[in-house]
Amino acid sequence: MNYYHGVMTRNRSDLLWILAFAALVAFAIPWFLWGDATVVAGLPLWLWWHVGWMALASVAFYAFARTGGWDRGVDAGVIRRG
Amino acid sequence: MAELGTSLGIVVGYLAITLAVGLVAYRLTDRSAEDYYLASRSVGTVVLLFTTFATLLSAFTFFGGPNLAFSAGPEWILVMGLMDGILFALLWYAIGYKQWLVGKAHGYVTLGEMLGDRFGSTGLRGLVAGVSLLWLFPYVMLQQIGAGQALVGLTDGAVPYWAGAAMITVFMVAYVALSGLRGVAWTDTLQGVFMLGVVWLAVAWVASAAGGVSALTAGMAQANPEFASLGGGLYSPQWMIGTAVVIAFGVAAFPQVNQRFFMADRAETLKRSFALWPVLVLLLFVPAFLLGSWAVGLGITVPDGSNVLPILLNEYTPAWFAALVVAGALAAMMSSSDSMLLSGSSYFTRDLYRPFVAPDASDAREGWIARVGVAVFAASTFVASLLVGGGGGLDVLVTLGDTAFGGYAQLTIPLLLALYWARTTKWGMVAGIAAAEAVYIPHALFAGDVAFLSTTYLTWDYALWCMLVSLVVTVGVSLVTTAAPAENAEKFGVGAD
Repeated sequence: MNYYHGVMTRNRSDLLWILAFAALVAFAIPWFLWGDATVVAGLPLWLWWHVGWMALASVAFYAFARTGGWDRGVDAGVIRRG
Repeated sequence: MAELGTSLGIVVGYLAITLAVGLVAYRLTDRSAEDYYLASRSVGTVVLLFTTFATLLSAFTFFGGPNLAFSAGPEWILVMGLMDGILFALLWYAIGYKQWLVGKAHGYVTLGEMLGDRFGSTGLRGLVAGVSLLWLFPYVMLQQIGAGQALVGLTDGAVPYWAGAAMITVFMVAYVALSGLRGVAWTDTLQGVFMLGVVWLAVAWVASAAGGVSALTAGMAQANPEFASLGGGLYSPQWMIGTAVVIAFGVAAFPQVNQRFFMADRAETLKRSFALWPVLVLLLFVPAFLLGSWAVGLGITVPDGSNVLPILLNEYTPAWFAALVVAGALAAMMSSSDSMLLSGSSYFTRDLYRPFVAPDASDAREGWIARVGVAVFAASTFVASLLVGGGGGLDVLVTLGDTAFGGYAQLTIPLLLALYWARTTKWGMVAGIAAAEAVYIPHALFAGDVAFLSTTYLTWDYALWCMLVSLVVTVGVSLVTTAAPAENAEKFGVGAD
């Protein structure tokens, strides 16, 4: 029961990370601003999006490395055991 | 002439500091290959991050990139963000972390060594090293061309092209041969911090001299309305995605970057640098490329064969500062080239010379060959740079750079398959790499010039299609061949379930 529960949570968090990374890739370029020339505080709006998106990516990567996400998929244990 | 003295003084002073760092590292380096090439896998977060970052940067950051932003608009910043801030960071985890684990467990120093051992194939090892060296050559040459031209620009021709390129080459060979990776990593760190500082100073200076950031952007939008709006001109979605994907995948297999995956001291270092990638990308590329785009609104004209950034800075900042930026650009080129020379020499000695020419060479002999290899390689690229370089058509920088990244990108998908798919076989790897390169190389040389080789197919870059070839052929051939007894997937932790 506990084992089953653990596997389910892990699979769900793996899926969430994959979706989060996919979103980070997909919107690194703000497609919804295509052709937009709005300037905010001296810089194009899409450039502000880039600034925010890189900051968000950094926070997401940090969270991935800190929480259980890191090591998933690479089978680190197997390699360490040799 | 006083200005010439200042400019040269700054560049020479900069080179002297770099050499001093190299000498300190030399005193700490012992003669083993692992120490010479990998600093005994002892590199911490700051140095690993900066040495990888500085290695990635090249003449392109200061010259080619701002030139592109000047001619096509600042959207290049978004391409860099997707490429290096997101995609490469993810590959840093998927390839880098796993390679680090595998490398530590089995003592690998090069990519070819790792794959060759996993698949029990000296041929595969040689193929990976050979393909890597093939693309390394034009890229090192490109750095030398950039360095020579930077010095010509800085001194108004008082230092001729050949002398500038020769000076940089001799200098790099000396400290790479002496100090090995430890010195390279330390100078990279110094160079990376220096580049970041200089580029932000440049923005502050130009902005205050030209009436502020808002005025600069307004001027740019007025001179070329397309620049402020996202997309248009060169920037189609296909081009932006294709460029980002090809270069990000290419970077992961570039010898000097890939070898850095083996260098970290502990997993913590890789975790920290993983999270810091997007921030570093933001800090460097936004200012560098904005300067190039803003120059459009300032009425800067760039003669054929010149670079926009030095011209802009000469106009708006004192001569000594422009010289500092050119020194920053030289720093970028040197930190790329020194790492490439070192990695190239390790690929040559460990994956080609030792297995194929002299299997029982002593460690001392291998170390000696490695250093001679650095000198011969650098001298050859220098001679090549004299034959093609100097004078007009700086776009050749971008073209050459792009084809090298695409050439490496053809290794990355087979590498990912080898790392994660237990069913991958030696013949799958060999066929996948060979087929992709066989399609890619003719395209890199002739696409667009001959009728049957196009630069895009269905609007997507040929390099992406070649990556698809590497995927399909590696998987296909792996499925129809069986692993030889010497192939051991468990070395990569992907053994039978």
